[in-house]
Amino acid sequence: MLDFMDLQVGDSLPAFTTAPVSRLTLALYCGASGDHNPMHVDIDFAHQAGAPDVFAHGMLSMAYLSRLLTNWVPQQYLREYGVRFTAITHVGDAITCSGTVTELFEVLGETRARLSLQTVNQHGRVLLAGDAVVALG
Amino acid sequence: MIDSNYIGHPLPVCSALVEAGRLRFFAQAIGQTDPVYTDLNAALAAGHPALPVPPTFLFCLEMEAPNPGALRELLNIDIAKILHGEQRFTYHALCFAGDTLSFDARITDIYSKKGGALEFVVRDTTVTNQHGTHVADLHAVTVVRHA
Repeated sequence: MLDFMDLQVGDSLPAFTTAPVSRLTLALYCGASGDHNPMHVDIDFAHQAGAPDVFAHGMLSMAYLSRLLTNWVPQQYLREYGVRFTAITHVGDAITCSGTVTELFEVLGETRARLSLQTVNQHGRVLLAGDAVVALG
Repeated sequence: MIDSNYIGHPLPVCSALVEAGRLRFFAQAIGQTDPVYTDLNAALAAGHPALPVPPTFLFCLEMEAPNPGALRELLNIDIAKILHGEQRFTYHALCFAGDTLSFDARITDIYSKKGGALEFVVRDTTVTNQHGTHVADLHAVTVVRHA
C-alpha cells in the first residue's frame, strides 16, 4: 500500500506502455473475455462489413488501463471506474496507460482521490479517456 | 431508427459462475502479471478468500448470458455496425472465483445524433452475488453507426 499522506492533486500514477496489439492478442482476448464479435478477430467478416481490418475490443484497452489502477492501489479500494472510447485501437498500436490525481475529497468518512485516465497510441492519439475514484483509507 | 419505446425495457436476468481458470486466462489476455490475479496463494496472502474478479471482468460475465446477443436482436441491430461508446463500473464489494453473480439489466436510454447517422443505446445493470449482496453497477453505451 502506498503512503498517501503526501498525495497531491496533479500527482501522476506510474505509466506503462503495452506491447503492440497483435492479432494473437485479439484472439486471446476474444476467448478470455467471451466477446466473440467477429469484427475483432475475423478479417473476412471485417472486409465484408466494409472495414479495412479487424480492430481491438475497447474493453481490452479498458482492461489495460485498469492495471494502472490495481498497480497503484489494491482493488478493494477502487470505488468507480469509467471510460469513453474516443477512437479505435488498431492492430499494431502500442498502448500507453497514464493517469493523474485531479481531486482529493471525503465521502462516507473516506478520503478519496479522483483520477483522470487515458490511453494513447504510439502517435500520441488519445484512444480512451476515463476517470476513476479510489479510497485512500 | 431504433424504437425508443424500448427505453425502460428489462433484459432477461442471467447469472454466471466465476471460474478460477477463466480468471487466469483473462489475466494472461490482458497482460496482468500481478500474482494476486492468478495464484491462489498470493490471493490468500493478500487477504482474499479466492482469486478476485478484476475490475472490468464483470462486463465479460454479463456476456455469459444464454443469448449474449439478446439486446441486439431485440432492437434489430447489426453486429457489424456497433461500437462501444462508454463503459462505467461502480463497485460496492469485491467478487471472487466461486461466486455466482446475477445480472439484472435494462435499457435506460435510446437517442441519436448527427441526424440519425449515430444511434446510442444505454444499458444499466445491477450485479448481485449469491448472498444477495449488491456488488456492482454497470453502465454501458453502445453506438450504432449507419454512415
